[in-house]
Amino acid sequence: MDYLGKYKTAVAARSTSAEVLRCSQDGGIVTSMFLYALEEGIIDGAIVAGQGENPWQPKPIVATSAEEILSARGTRYNICPNMSVLKKSVRQYGLDKVGIVGTPCQMQALRKAQLYPVGLRDVTDKIALAIGIFCMENFSYQSMKQIVEDHCNVDLHSLNKTDIGKGKYWAYTNRGAVSQIPLKLTHKYEQPGCHVCLDYVANLADISTGSVGSPDGWSTVFIRNNNGENIWNKAVAAGVFETKPIESVKPGLELVTKLATEKITKNQKELEHRAKFGVNKGLRNPYI
Amino acid sequence: MIFGKKEKKEPAPKSQAPKAPVSEPIAKEETKKEERPVANKITVGHVHMSGCTGCLVSLADTYEGLFTILDNYADLVYCLTLADARHIPKMDVALVEGSVCLQDELSVEEIKETREKAAVVVALGGCAAYGNITRFCRGGQWNQPQHEGFVPIGDVIDVDVYIPGCAPCPQQIRNVCVMAYLLLKGNAEQQALAKAYLTPLMTLASEGSKAVSSEACGCDIMTKVINQGLCIGCGTCSASCPVYAITMQYGKPNIERDMCIKCGACYAACPRAFFSFDVVNQYETIIDAINGAMNPGGN
Repeated sequence: MDYLGKYKTAVAARSTSAEVLRCSQDGGIVTSMFLYALEEGIIDGAIVAGQGENPWQPKPIVATSAEEILSARGTRYNICPNMSVLKKSVRQYGLDKVGIVGTPCQMQALRKAQLYPVGLRDVTDKIALAIGIFCMENFSYQSMKQIVEDHCNVDLHSLNKTDIGKGKYWAYTNRGAVSQIPLKLTHKYEQPGCHVCLDYVANLADISTGSVGSPDGWSTVFIRNNNGENIWNKAVAAGVFETKPIESVKPGLELVTKLATEKITKNQKELEHRAKFGVNKGLRNPYI
Repeated sequence: MIFGKKEKKEPAPKSQAPKAPVSEPIAKEETKKEERPVANKITVGHVHMSGCTGCLVSLADTYEGLFTILDNYADLVYCLTLADARHIPKMDVALVEGSVCLQDELSVEEIKETREKAAVVVALGGCAAYGNITRFCRGGQWNQPQHEGFVPIGDVIDVDVYIPGCAPCPQQIRNVCVMAYLLLKGNAEQQALAKAYLTPLMTLASEGSKAVSSEACGCDIMTKVINQGLCIGCGTCSASCPVYAITMQYGKPNIERDMCIKCGACYAACPRAFFSFDVVNQYETIIDAINGAMNPGGN
């Protein structure tokens, strides 16, 4: 099994924009990449996680301005169905060059949609930049609420930032208090569909990124295909990112590989378990 | 060119060299045609059952793409609307649009004949595959009010490939056409790729044909994906629905069943309905191959 997928290069990077970094999750890679691509006309707009109706609930939006892209900074740790506005971004917003960010499963959905564009007439050839984010599992909004409000004892209205790292789930409040619980307690609230996922680092994206492997405030970035490489190199040349060789940072790719292996091995076992779930009866396996 | 074989040569030069004098391009076109390995083309027919012709419009909706397909890969040997042939001939691939009206003797006869004459039968679009909007028919319409029973073609004959959706996406039809060509006429490597690509659509067909009633609807997203603990809340089903019956609420699809027309697009699009790493990991190769096939001149 190829745990990290195909990639051309891997680096540690962070945005050079203080404005982006002020509210970004880690290195501000996705936000800066889209801002640069929008400015350069590489994309006409990007599908990102905007603010939904409830506190900390994301809503997929088609961002066509820098302000809208900036409004989507940071990880929300609950589901944002970005693929759901793909058709809208072309038909209603009239985008010819669409940027999209998504979890590994959303990148899988995107590539499947490009090969089997059922019901997406004249849409899938307009994908100009697909950025994937590392993902171990995701939570429904209600699960996230349960974790933050019930376990961490933090009201979602006063939550400033959440993070998963060092084996813990962290909740930071607006007034500076920090609440943390062992990540183990959150496992039962995970989205069930995540338990059969065989991708940790968004293998099918043009560029994929996440915090794991790089020091605090930096992100690990995989540049995966020609399109990704082309855009990434231009952005680095334009001074959008500062980069370090991934070999020079701790903990580096070793940790990424370890976590990817753990996730995929665990989920392959889950698929085997599902195959023999009942008495001479199994559950459906989506991978054929 | 699409209006039967006799007229084939006329529109082609128009699309290629509109400004050039008429006599020259025709001559050029003729020499080209002789060089072409025409024998390698597959034969395709469009069989019209009870459908609205929207699927046929989708077939033509790739603009010059249709010309490329007909020039290089397929001869349209039967198509009541576009080709001058009155009887179903032998053919490699039959694209069937529409469901079968059980009270219409000719429809029943023709769908059976299609199965006999075609090596590969493709259910083109929601009606042929799953019944789609014709599932709601209860008869009583002028001027054949007794026409009330409509079934997907899989209820009457075995079907090899499904292309769900209403209307089916032109790029999806194009991809299937190119893959069908590679499967029938390509080298070993291309055949393997085409087979891997078509397998999920063949599985949809065999599941559909086997079922007592091969219905598809938003319910499939519920029963085969969410109820099975497989949904990841990506929203692809919602984007694929032609009637906007699916909205995402709290990260999961919410399906307005009264709006659903039963076209099967949402389930076919869902990455957790079927997902082949063998195929999708090669997305760049496949997209390049299809673009290359559709642009043989390389411009």
